[in-house]
Amino acid sequence: MITRRAFMRRVLQTISGAIGAAGVAAVAFRRRASANTKTSRWAFLVDTYKCVGCGFCVKACKLENDVPYEANVTRTWVERYILTKKGELLIDTPKGARDGFISSRVQLGKDTYREVKPDEIAKAFFVPKLCNQCENPPCVQVCPVGATYQTEDGVVLVDRKWCIGCGYCIMACPYGVRFFHPVYRVADKCNFCYHRISQGMKPACVEACPFGARLIGDLNNPDDPVTQYIMTQRVSVLKEDYGTKPQVYYVGLSKEVR
Amino acid sequence: MHIWRPLWVTIALVALVLGIRLVMVPKDFGVHGTTYAYKWYRKSSESEWKAIRAKYRGREYCKDCHEEQLTHILRSPHAPIQCENCHGPAMEHPETPEKLPIDTSRELCLRCHASLPYPGSARAKIKGIEPDNHYPDTGCSDCHDPHHPTQ
Repeated sequence: MITRRAFMRRVLQTISGAIGAAGVAAVAFRRRASANTKTSRWAFLVDTYKCVGCGFCVKACKLENDVPYEANVTRTWVERYILTKKGELLIDTPKGARDGFISSRVQLGKDTYREVKPDEIAKAFFVPKLCNQCENPPCVQVCPVGATYQTEDGVVLVDRKWCIGCGYCIMACPYGVRFFHPVYRVADKCNFCYHRISQGMKPACVEACPFGARLIGDLNNPDDPVTQYIMTQRVSVLKEDYGTKPQVYYVGLSKEVR
Repeated sequence: MHIWRPLWVTIALVALVLGIRLVMVPKDFGVHGTTYAYKWYRKSSESEWKAIRAKYRGREYCKDCHEEQLTHILRSPHAPIQCENCHGPAMEHPETPEKLPIDTSRELCLRCHASLPYPGSARAKIKGIEPDNHYPDTGCSDCHDPHHPTQ
């Protein structure tokens, strides 16, 4: 039998415990909210209308990040999309557009080219690609050794000392941005030039783009013009249906872009 | 009793593996953040990435010595082009490298100025040439000043 006194005590204890827990949770939540205003959340804004396919971004990226210049690997690249009036879709990115697009010849295979004259073209445009620094990065999930991870500010990095080079992450990325680094013998990828952005500089590709087609912004800073653009204008992301929540936002994507 | 022996062997093996793990896995390896799926890593890897020195220094760095050239190009349609796009990354110049290479190849100019009149792309609005017909054997900078092409 429980006495009335014991019952009341237990009820009061339960209620005060619940209030205390709620208080702790509220403090923790508030602390997280204020922490959010301090750390950045890096995101990219790519305007495909502005891109002219000069490839200065690819050149700068390769030199800045020690990606072997002649090897056919690159952290960022530019794709050319040509839709002909007959309805054919031609896509190429010779050497990742390291040397830009300097010819109307489209590279269809290793040694196969096709000359596309201006009057054949219905629409044509350039699309720069880079790591999307996904909110849910599948490449990180699959790493068996914890050699790739997402930082507080949303960038996905590779730990070169820890990577065993199994290549699982390269397979897992739906955007194909990862590759095997021929010199370091580990997985490599675009990291928004983490060494530059953490020192207040802009990524090498953003600096190198003469047309403002590539911009970086901090989504946790509401005054950032890039953030304001992403929040108020019409932007889209690549392969949204994969659920990866990519953080590279595009202006002027077309359904042909994959 | 002999049936205990495999148990001791197993315990010894597990202890050995745990011991090796204790020595080999760095102290800062673990979950740093909210999720095991995305934040399970070696914390000092972050600072290793941050410690890399930038090779592209930006035009403010060039301005200290080459202000004349910079003001010249800033008055031209080539103003948005960074110095290092054509002159290469400055790195620690003038120490290393002492001299920067100047890319005066036709291919460099053709990155933008090879005519590709693509509708819907800004490339169509840039003055372009047919590389095979427009003085194919001449260097662009023989006639055009890259720092002020309209002059």
